Amino acid sequence: MKRLFWLAVAAAGAYALGGLALHRGESINALWIIVAAVCIYALGFRFYSAWIAARVLAIDPTRATPAERLDNGRDFVPTHRWIAFGHHFAAIAGPGPLIGPTLAAQFGYLPGTLWILVGAVLGGCVQDMTILLLSTRRNGRSLGQMARDELGPVGGAAALTGTLVIMVILIAVLGLVVVNAMKHSPWATATVFATIPIAILVGLYLRNWRPGRVLEGSLIGVTLLLLAVVGGGWVNASPTIRGWFDHDGLTLAWFVIGYGWCAAILPVWLLLAPRDYLSTFLKLGTIVLLAIAIVIAQPDIRMPAITQFVDGSGPIFGGKVFPFVFITIACGAVSGFHALVASGTTPKLVASEADVRLIGYGSMALESFVAIMAMIAATLLDPGVYFAINTAPGIVGATPAAAVETISSWGFPVTIEQMAALAREMGEATLFSRTGGAPSLAVGMASIFASTFGESLLAIWYHFAIMFEAVFILTTLDAGTRVGRFMLQDTLGNLWPPIGRTSWYPSVLVASTLVVAAWGYFLYIGVIDPNGGVHILWPLFGIANQMLAAIALAVATGIIVKQGKLRYAWVTLAPLAWLAIVTTTAAVQKIVSDDPRLGFFAAARDLAAKLAAGTLPPERAAVAPQLIFNQQLDAWLTGFFVVIVWLVIADMLRVCWRATTGKPVLPSSEAPYVPARSAA
Amino acid sequence: MRRVRMLVARARRLAGRLNGDAAYERFVAHRCSRHPGEPLPSRREFWCGEVERKWQGINRCC
Repeated sequence: MKRLFWLAVAAAGAYALGGLALHRGESINALWIIVAAVCIYALGFRFYSAWIAARVLAIDPTRATPAERLDNGRDFVPTHRWIAFGHHFAAIAGPGPLIGPTLAAQFGYLPGTLWILVGAVLGGCVQDMTILLLSTRRNGRSLGQMARDELGPVGGAAALTGTLVIMVILIAVLGLVVVNAMKHSPWATATVFATIPIAILVGLYLRNWRPGRVLEGSLIGVTLLLLAVVGGGWVNASPTIRGWFDHDGLTLAWFVIGYGWCAAILPVWLLLAPRDYLSTFLKLGTIVLLAIAIVIAQPDIRMPAITQFVDGSGPIFGGKVFPFVFITIACGAVSGFHALVASGTTPKLVASEADVRLIGYGSMALESFVAIMAMIAATLLDPGVYFAINTAPGIVGATPAAAVETISSWGFPVTIEQMAALAREMGEATLFSRTGGAPSLAVGMASIFASTFGESLLAIWYHFAIMFEAVFILTTLDAGTRVGRFMLQDTLGNLWPPIGRTSWYPSVLVASTLVVAAWGYFLYIGVIDPNGGVHILWPLFGIANQMLAAIALAVATGIIVKQGKLRYAWVTLAPLAWLAIVTTTAAVQKIVSDDPRLGFFAAARDLAAKLAAGTLPPERAAVAPQLIFNQQLDAWLTGFFVVIVWLVIADMLRVCWRATTGKPVLPSSEAPYVPARSAA
Repeated sequence: MRRVRMLVARARRLAGRLNGDAAYERFVAHRCSRHPGEPLPSRREFWCGEVERKWQGINRCC
């Protein structure tokens, strides 16, 4: 009977996937994607993860986990598997899987969707589950520590540096997304600003008034957030007050930079922790609501399966579908950042090794499903509308007339009236060139919600979606700046010990300022760039994130080979090889391409030539030197990423070669076997 | 009716552990069983310590 069930799942999945791949027509229903995705995740979880658990990782439920052995009632706590699943999912699911697919939709819905499904089942889920088990066996050691213990100092240093750099790029690009969503939108700005006093209020509630009552505090906070969305509408309707919240990108960027600095030095209980509770509740609630709404509304996908932009001429970011779809969608398919969460926090909650499958593989499958929903929300828009929202004025022209003419000439008809009507419905002044992914995702989400729960609330749904994205982007910004600060203090502490004391105030101020200045620089450049900034920063973030995944998979492969399981090493080696090929190809193209829309050096040369010839309008000529410097810096940074990846891979291959030829290698850092209480 | 009440109680316990409401009770139970007689922090002291500890490392992702 069970076999029959799984055969039916396999048949349904194959049918839906075949239907998707072979469909050529005006539009296709989103349910095809949903069915294909659910069946593929179910099969991957039931069979592939079970096989990996049994054969490759040799998961042993009779072995006591650190949560059981080191139980201290605080961070080491044996936790029910579904609760650990919830905590782990809440930790890994951020804004990444929402934005990547939205941008990658410029290639059509098919390339991104296939990569999200295949990448997750064979790559991302495997990485998360493997790292979770390896860290659980090592008392919750971090990825960097495992790299040092198992490969050597080179791998360890590379993992640490990689983490710090990716943090900087991640925060900058997310900051840019928020800035672009708030730019000249008093409603969005007022709502996002209101989240700060609301978080502080909840922080005071949880610390002083009702200590530790998370559910109460969060419910009050979420109610206030919903009121803030409605209140933003009133602000927008008032001719005087709306002026206070109507700002250009640069002003908002300085605000975000100032906010990030304050959040990094304020006590965590005041802003960061309460904001995180609110964002987690909001995130889980919205994801469930979106899934229900998609199943009820069954929207049609209007974007073609594949667009002409697979040839590299895409308006949102340059580069061909290979390798750039694999770079653009990192979170949702394979995300190296997850390896940082899967080593450290979650392993200390695992009650039994048998739970690692559900927590590691299962959470990533669910995150991948979130990416699928984002892809649906982006591609259900009219393609003309999608491109009008997501393409920068530097590409399509600064006026609506120029934009609709350019976009219609690509074969995606759109009119000024259509865009104006849409902007009016969403309560925005304009939706032209609202780059960054958040506004287009919000329009898509608002359309789904409105067609399910009532058309009259479109503007509210739109700003709810913006607030939802902004709240957890700002959480990532706060948390990332803080972690960056700790890592920097730790590193600088090697040079001068006092700076390593994480609570010494001068050290806190210096390290926080350095971290904020690093991401603030990239954010500033992104805002002044007339091409939108996202086209530079997002690929850089994608390369950095895949680089981190390659480091994690290299550590896992090295450990598997050291355990004498060379014949199973392909499980992590295959996704590693794919990521190494993808990141290296992308990075080389970003560095050496002669196309100024793709190559960093080419763009710098192009701009320098235009500046010298005096063909730039004065406002662009004023920022050109900074943009030229930034393009060159980005090229060097990309080169640095590639060097890091290959250093770790070379180190891993060295260890594997020594292990297979019987030469001495570093001893295993696995904690010794202790029988679990349940097995005794 | 009793079964319904039991189910509701169980769901509330699970929810409390999921959202962190029950962290203090769990800590107190742990302390009392493993280290009886040792002084216990108040709910507020425990909360402040936990929040500080939790945000030392990477526990949020992109």
